[in-house]
Amino acid sequence: MVTGDVKLIGSWASVFVMRARIALNLKSIRYEFLQETYGTKSELLLKSNPVHKKIPVLIHDDKPVCESNIIVQYIDEAWSSYGPSILPSQPYDRAIARFWAAYVDDKWFIALRSILTAGGEEEKKAAIAEVEERTDHLEKAFIECSNGKPFFNGDHIGYLDIALGSFLGWWKVVELDANHILLDETKTPSLFKWAERFCNDPDVKPLMPETAKLAEFARKLFPKPQA
Amino acid sequence: MADEVILLNFWPSIFGMRTTIALEEKGVKYEYREEEDVINNKTRLLLEMNPVHKKIPVLIHNGKPVCESIVQVQYIDEIWPEKNPFLPKDPYQRAQALFWADFIEKKVCVCGRRVWTTKGEELEAANKEFLELLKILQSELGDKPYFGGDKFGFVDIVLIGFFCWFPAYEKFGNYSMESECSKLMAWGKRCMQRDSVANSLPDPERVIGYVLHLKKLFGLE
Repeated sequence: MVTGDVKLIGSWASVFVMRARIALNLKSIRYEFLQETYGTKSELLLKSNPVHKKIPVLIHDDKPVCESNIIVQYIDEAWSSYGPSILPSQPYDRAIARFWAAYVDDKWFIALRSILTAGGEEEKKAAIAEVEERTDHLEKAFIECSNGKPFFNGDHIGYLDIALGSFLGWWKVVELDANHILLDETKTPSLFKWAERFCNDPDVKPLMPETAKLAEFARKLFPKPQA
Repeated sequence: MADEVILLNFWPSIFGMRTTIALEEKGVKYEYREEEDVINNKTRLLLEMNPVHKKIPVLIHNGKPVCESIVQVQYIDEIWPEKNPFLPKDPYQRAQALFWADFIEKKVCVCGRRVWTTKGEELEAANKEFLELLKILQSELGDKPYFGGDKFGFVDIVLIGFFCWFPAYEKFGNYSMESECSKLMAWGKRCMQRDSVANSLPDPERVIGYVLHLKKLFGLE
């Protein structure tokens, strides 16, 4: 089966890039990974994503696709006969998955990131409380979507698993930075167990960055003000 | 068994307009319910059907809620695929449509909100950015009649609600949309020829009245 020429512009540390890579792995698509250097943007990136100038960019037979969740959906559709379906088969389940994927990006991630950018202890405490509240919503979403199965998507990982699960490396880094558990086994037991399963999935495991390496990178990206 | 479709909405909402247009394009019979006082007194049904965001529009299909307007438009397209499909069949073309819908949502809507909630230098910057974003969209439209090409589709549905808000933006931003984005204005008028759009967009004068009311509410006169 001919998959065409596939390139992915990205970075090892990016959550959004990981989404695309997991999807490509699920479909067993071979691709050339073009690692961007932190602090610079390659000519190819600027040419392929002139609007946002951001990674990831999937280039399939010289045609660029941008925005991680859109890339994942594209991968599912372009290679629909390869591997498992990434999006659920029923329109209502797809709508629910898309709703929660948007929630992860627009609400949950924003709260997580604000822990790293918090100016002082008060701000940090408030950000932590917000993440806990929003993670609680995701626990309920998991119970609703999984319907007793191991993943949001059912028997195997799918769109929403990828959307949230790609954050697990950074989730751990932010926990360490905040010195506060943010994925609590007692408060959100279903999500906690799902996280372990997700990280051990063979299409995910090789892509999950090492916590120490990611933490070091985080310190560069989010420098702490000098005391 | 007939479908039961209810839409909870608030008339000036650009987001709600997307969903009513989508339903009308598909010829779906639905019950429209106005959230009369969506800021201060949300109905029990709204809170029950959208507990996470507590916002309109909410589409309730056979008792099951679908929230977020772009998700709703995609859902409507998938449930009623035969009539007036919104998205192309080709995966690459679909990805392009979704990209521009996302651009409108993440950039244009967010900037648009800043125009109504800021003043002074911040407002000036917001107005400037708003026009820049519209010009990017105008460039993407090019000489095509619609964003998707010959047919009215997904991106048109996601953007067109702004058309009835443009006179408000003009009035309070002190510029002319026609001079700044004439191709986009022509596109808007073209879309307004469709019943689904004409029936979904309120009178721009009514929108201006609403904006005046909002400015008073937020002390931004």
